[in-house]
Amino acid sequence: MIDGFIALYIFMLAAFVGHEVIGRVPVILHTPLMSGSNFVHGIVLVGAMVALGRAETGLETAIGFIGVFLGAGNAVGGYVVTERMLEMFKSSKEKR
Amino acid sequence: MDRASSLSWLIEASYFVAAILFIYGLKRMSSPVTARGGIVWAGAGMLVATVVTFLWPGMDNYVLMIVAIALGGILAWVSGKRVAMTDMPQMIALYNGMGGGAAAAIAAVELFGGEDHGLTFGVLAVLGGLIGSVSFSGSLIAFAKLQGLMKSTVRFGGQQIFNLVLLAVLLVLATVIVTQHSGPGLIAVFFLLALILGVTMTLPIGGADMPVVISLYNALTGLAVAFEGFVLQNAAMIIAGTVVGAAGTLLTQLMAKAMNRSLANVLFSGFGDTAAAASEVHGSMKPIEASDAGVMMAFANKVLIVPGYGMAVAQAQHKVWELAQILIERGVDVKFAIHPVAGRMPGHMNVLLAEAGVPYDVIYDEGEINAEFATADVALVIGANDVVNPAARTDPSSPIYGMPILNADKAKNVIVIKRGQGAGFSGIENALFFLDQTRMLYGDGQAMASQLIQAVKSL
Repeated sequence: MIDGFIALYIFMLAAFVGHEVIGRVPVILHTPLMSGSNFVHGIVLVGAMVALGRAETGLETAIGFIGVFLGAGNAVGGYVVTERMLEMFKSSKEKR
Repeated sequence: MDRASSLSWLIEASYFVAAILFIYGLKRMSSPVTARGGIVWAGAGMLVATVVTFLWPGMDNYVLMIVAIALGGILAWVSGKRVAMTDMPQMIALYNGMGGGAAAAIAAVELFGGEDHGLTFGVLAVLGGLIGSVSFSGSLIAFAKLQGLMKSTVRFGGQQIFNLVLLAVLLVLATVIVTQHSGPGLIAVFFLLALILGVTMTLPIGGADMPVVISLYNALTGLAVAFEGFVLQNAAMIIAGTVVGAAGTLLTQLMAKAMNRSLANVLFSGFGDTAAAASEVHGSMKPIEASDAGVMMAFANKVLIVPGYGMAVAQAQHKVWELAQILIERGVDVKFAIHPVAGRMPGHMNVLLAEAGVPYDVIYDEGEINAEFATADVALVIGANDVVNPAARTDPSSPIYGMPILNADKAKNVIVIKRGQGAGFSGIENALFFLDQTRMLYGDGQAMASQLIQAVKSL
């Protein structure tokens, strides 16, 4: 069970990690990095899958279905555009 | 260990690995040398987490699950592969909105399900639902605006008061839902109002400020995902969501700072509201022919190229890079000077130049390059306007006063490629164009770059 102070500790540490990881990023990577972090919260897909899997009524199932659909769009779309952008970043040494 | 507990051990272990891969991937993505590998690591984490989730005990609806993943995945895959690099900001907004919607959907299922999770989890579920819904509808509006589906900014009297009242009503509803375990009617009203709040919050914000808003919604979605992660007791969601929430908040601040706007300013006032008549610019704009401009650059020691969004619209980045390469072969020191908001969001111009094959080590940002303009023989400004307007430094009455700019006016010669004589995105006259050392090269960016290439080649 993750709750109480354990939950707070996880929350606090993860927040610092997020802040530190991005702290020294150069401006040239802001757009891909925003896209990359957008991809990472695509993990919401697994939560939506669990919600759909446990749904009982028709309404819950319908909302769960929409949730999984949207979550999959977030994860896949986020990955594709981030990968496309980052793939183009090359230094002049790699060119020659 | 029996089968059920070894299964849940496998799931927890996989989520742990996924969390590590996400953080490691983001870390690698923050340097251009390792960035390409970063997204692959994070992608591997996502794949592992998704696959093991099918093993979660006590689940049903597998067919629907697979259909939904296939539908959402294929649509996003195709649209993501096809989107032009210039349209990237709105695409990120769209995918981000989908994530927010998914978080809200999880909250809705949990709340409609009516299971009593206790006060803390109730609060987190409702808050996550609220934030996710706002992020969902807000991101869709941001997408519509940048995509050009929605041209005007809608403002009505008392809009901010309306939004505040709406938020207050939502918080009251949230309290009632959590404490009274209300029926489905009230929960539906709650989500509907949250969606409306996202719309009314985003509508008055102008296109130029939209990147900051998208980044903010990105951070909010992360937070919503983390909250729902607590509700579902899913460690991968908690960690990934919180990391994105924190990173996204920092990124939003960096972007707002680069644009010289505070976040409050972006959210609560429209750009242009304060744009009173700036002091008039005296003098005249002096035109130049491409052949003369070409000669000027060919015999220069140092040329700094300042590209703006106009260059990308004209699809001129390939020609500009070709021109730069010819100049480099002649021994000219060529560098690209990028303003943080040169594209539609910080870093967007770097992506557009990278697409044209410009290596990132000849690209410099404003802080690194500004001192070099004084020693540059030619500053070539193409499709950029407000970001090189010296009024931002000198004229306190200008609406862009105080915004960090590229000091192109310090170069010995300035060549400006521009389609016509009109003012820039913000409607402000540019004092740079009227300086003695400035020459205007009128025409389409791509055509002019080609003519410059010809001019240099013919020497």
